[in-house]
Amino acid sequence: MTADPEPQSDDALLHDLQHAAFSWFRARVSPVNGLVPDTSRPGSPVSIAGVGFALSAWPIGVARGWMTRADALAHSLAAVRFFRDAEQSERPEATGHRGFFYHFLDPVSGARVWRCELSMIDTALLIAGALTAAAWFDADTPDEQELRDIVDQLYRRIDWEWARNGGQTLRQGWKPESGFLNYGWEGYSEAILLYVLALGSPTHPIGVEAYEGWTATYQWENLYDQDLLYGGPLFVHQFSHAWIDLRGIRDPFMREKGSDYFENSRRATRLQSEYAWRNPNGFTGYGVHCWGFSAGDGPTDENPEVTGEERRQFGYAARGVPYGPDDGTLSTWTVVSSVPFAPELCLATLRHVLAHHPQTLRDGCFVSGFNPTAGWVSDGTYALDQGIVLLMLENARSGTIWRLLRSCAPIRDGLRRAGFDGGWL
Amino acid sequence: MTDAHEAERAQNLHPPDRRNPTPAERYDLVVIGGGPAGLVAAREAAARGARVALVERDRLGGDCLNTGCVPSKTLLRTARLYADLRTAEHYGGRVPSDLRVAFPAVMERLRRVRARISRADSVRRLEEAGVDVFLGEGRFTGSATVDVDGDRLRFRKAMVATGSRPDAPAVPGLVEAGFLTNETVFDLTELPGRLLVLGGGPLGCELAQAFCRLGSKTAIVQDAPLFLPKEERDAAQILSDAFARDGLEVRLNTRALAVRRAGGAIEVDLQVDDHRSTITVDAILTGTGRLPNVDLGLDRAGVEFDRSTGIRVDDHLRTSNPRIYAAGDVCLAHRYTHTADASARIVVQNALFRGRKRFSALVVPWCTFTDPEIAHVGLHVREARERGIPAKTFTVLMHDVDRAITDSEDRGFVKIHVREGTDTILGATIVARHAGEMVSELTLAMVAGIGLGRLADVIHAYPTQAEAICKAADAYRRTQR
Repeated sequence: MTADPEPQSDDALLHDLQHAAFSWFRARVSPVNGLVPDTSRPGSPVSIAGVGFALSAWPIGVARGWMTRADALAHSLAAVRFFRDAEQSERPEATGHRGFFYHFLDPVSGARVWRCELSMIDTALLIAGALTAAAWFDADTPDEQELRDIVDQLYRRIDWEWARNGGQTLRQGWKPESGFLNYGWEGYSEAILLYVLALGSPTHPIGVEAYEGWTATYQWENLYDQDLLYGGPLFVHQFSHAWIDLRGIRDPFMREKGSDYFENSRRATRLQSEYAWRNPNGFTGYGVHCWGFSAGDGPTDENPEVTGEERRQFGYAARGVPYGPDDGTLSTWTVVSSVPFAPELCLATLRHVLAHHPQTLRDGCFVSGFNPTAGWVSDGTYALDQGIVLLMLENARSGTIWRLLRSCAPIRDGLRRAGFDGGWL
Repeated sequence: MTDAHEAERAQNLHPPDRRNPTPAERYDLVVIGGGPAGLVAAREAAARGARVALVERDRLGGDCLNTGCVPSKTLLRTARLYADLRTAEHYGGRVPSDLRVAFPAVMERLRRVRARISRADSVRRLEEAGVDVFLGEGRFTGSATVDVDGDRLRFRKAMVATGSRPDAPAVPGLVEAGFLTNETVFDLTELPGRLLVLGGGPLGCELAQAFCRLGSKTAIVQDAPLFLPKEERDAAQILSDAFARDGLEVRLNTRALAVRRAGGAIEVDLQVDDHRSTITVDAILTGTGRLPNVDLGLDRAGVEFDRSTGIRVDDHLRTSNPRIYAAGDVCLAHRYTHTADASARIVVQNALFRGRKRFSALVVPWCTFTDPEIAHVGLHVREARERGIPAKTFTVLMHDVDRAITDSEDRGFVKIHVREGTDTILGATIVARHAGEMVSELTLAMVAGIGLGRLADVIHAYPTQAEAICKAADAYRRTQR
């Protein structure tokens, strides 16, 4: 990977970014339990969502010749066996409860860390990765059959209905110390994947009214002369697309609006560029080809005393535009992840960032964030960031992940129950 | 605090040496409660020839004048001055080197403004308008009689407009430790060094921001994920950012568990999810809801009521006693001065002039006067969808409005919701420094049946922040290509 003046072809650029993202997982996966750390920083716990991306990374690695099928299977089996055997109970030190898993785990013991929440969305990301592995490893061999059986067991075990806590929609999390968290899913977000998996469960499916209750909070907006469903941080418009091919299929809401979620993500991507061009807060570096507002590190991670009356700066935060928060921090990995939606815009932006901010590329991966106004660059990279980059670039280049999950019964069932139809459905 | 302003206010609103008049044989309308609803009803009925009596046990003007809108907006304006001074560099100015808040002067201005406005609501002005004013505790003694400190008032029709009072959260130790409400906070003579505001509704948000700007180290606790739960998520997000810029400590999803005195300070135990902490403050201000004032012998008059929601009225604002109506906070879910005013007008027409006006036919705007302000009228998108109405929102960011940019007041938006496929305005939310002024245009449009597309033909003076509405209308027009 190079940021020197010699231009690479678009495909070469994307290949290098994708390979670096894959290498991020390859370099960090535990051969013992198949888990990967949340970040590149020493002492990082495991993020179960990161493991979900890792489980999806291995098939890509095999398909592209970056690892053997045997190695990929070994990592995948180690991970799913770990989750199958890990403690599921109400104990605060367990790994999970009711089939769900805690957001962050100890990389060796697998115990819950940081008093974190039992996370519905992160469990969904983990399961999506597991289902990807199960779809990929389809050979009639004992190990691959075992993997498929364990994934099925993990998915069937999840009590999605319990996660509604008696309400109409799903809760975001639960803690043994305090019960369900005091917020659900309001407004459009990355929860399509979560709801599809919950609706498609053969054992604990939620009612369709849950999805209807969530989509009832949507707001269809004409924003910067584009009609879209706004979601703030760009990862909201990307995560479900990592696994589900949402091109051309529509739920009742999108049928009503004459659009689909893929087109919506394209518009959301363009909106970020439009906002950066306007740059209402006058931050350094912003422009049509310098944007990327999503979740990531920020300046006050390293400089907690850096604050300003008019320009506040955050640490790790979910940045979104145009409503905020925006503290001048950009995340280029989110631009990479939008290549399928708006390839020309995203590639132009990538080239601009590489030319003007080459220091934001570390070992071929875009770091979590950088803030030109503060002169700050994150020293960390995240599994979530590299995972979404890896999967979205694969979908852009070959559609492999989309194709695998299109054949996945729970995904199809969940989409249909949510009211999606048309296209490949 | 007793000064010339307070003396004038008292003389205007409840003269200490005044004697009640001799009651008339029978009144066309007896109004119980001299707040906004009562005053409007009494004046209008008298102006149209009715024999009117107004009963007030405390001060005329009610909450709005004495302990609500008037003092709070006066305080907010001074607070905004200091906020702008602190950010003078943003406007190309210089922050004064010796910027200090003189709290006594702040409160003196508050009292002066309140006294000035009290002249219009005075006993003398009411009597000049032909209203018999009875100062004292009014209680129903039958289906057509009200007693006021021994005087019996007979009426053909009556209107109850006794308003509401602050409801305190049930936090152990809060009462013993003492707390401020809107009824006491404007009597402060010293700025609290550390203030905790319980409640993230309009009152809590407004006063938390104000006191923070005046120099109190202020924290606001809200037991929901966002402030102003009835407002749009995006509006609450912008407000949270504004609070953070002011230095207001924001604690969402947080409950107060217990309060206790600790030396000269107050300790409050807080919980968010499974995490507990304790905050030490000098004063607590609560803004966690209001209760209707219904202790006036309503049962003797055959008027049905609920202690939490108030007097039960039909859409014509008539109670279960056909002679008796109600208006304002005592019976309405929307507890604003302007709804009190509007409901009082409905009552006068329906009670005295055979009107059939309905409260549900009103288009009611409201505004939270934080900075930026958050104003709303009509339906939210979610409400429209619950009613099966497909909706589309046209959004204009204030950072696209020239006057907002020139004034460095460009955080916010105008969102106008229309019925999908039409330009019929269902509702709107405005977040802007002058949102309260701007929303009236959309209220008018909705009342007059003017669609969003038509608003594009309305010339808006340039440059004004209200142009944001025109821009939204233009955006609608562009979708009609």
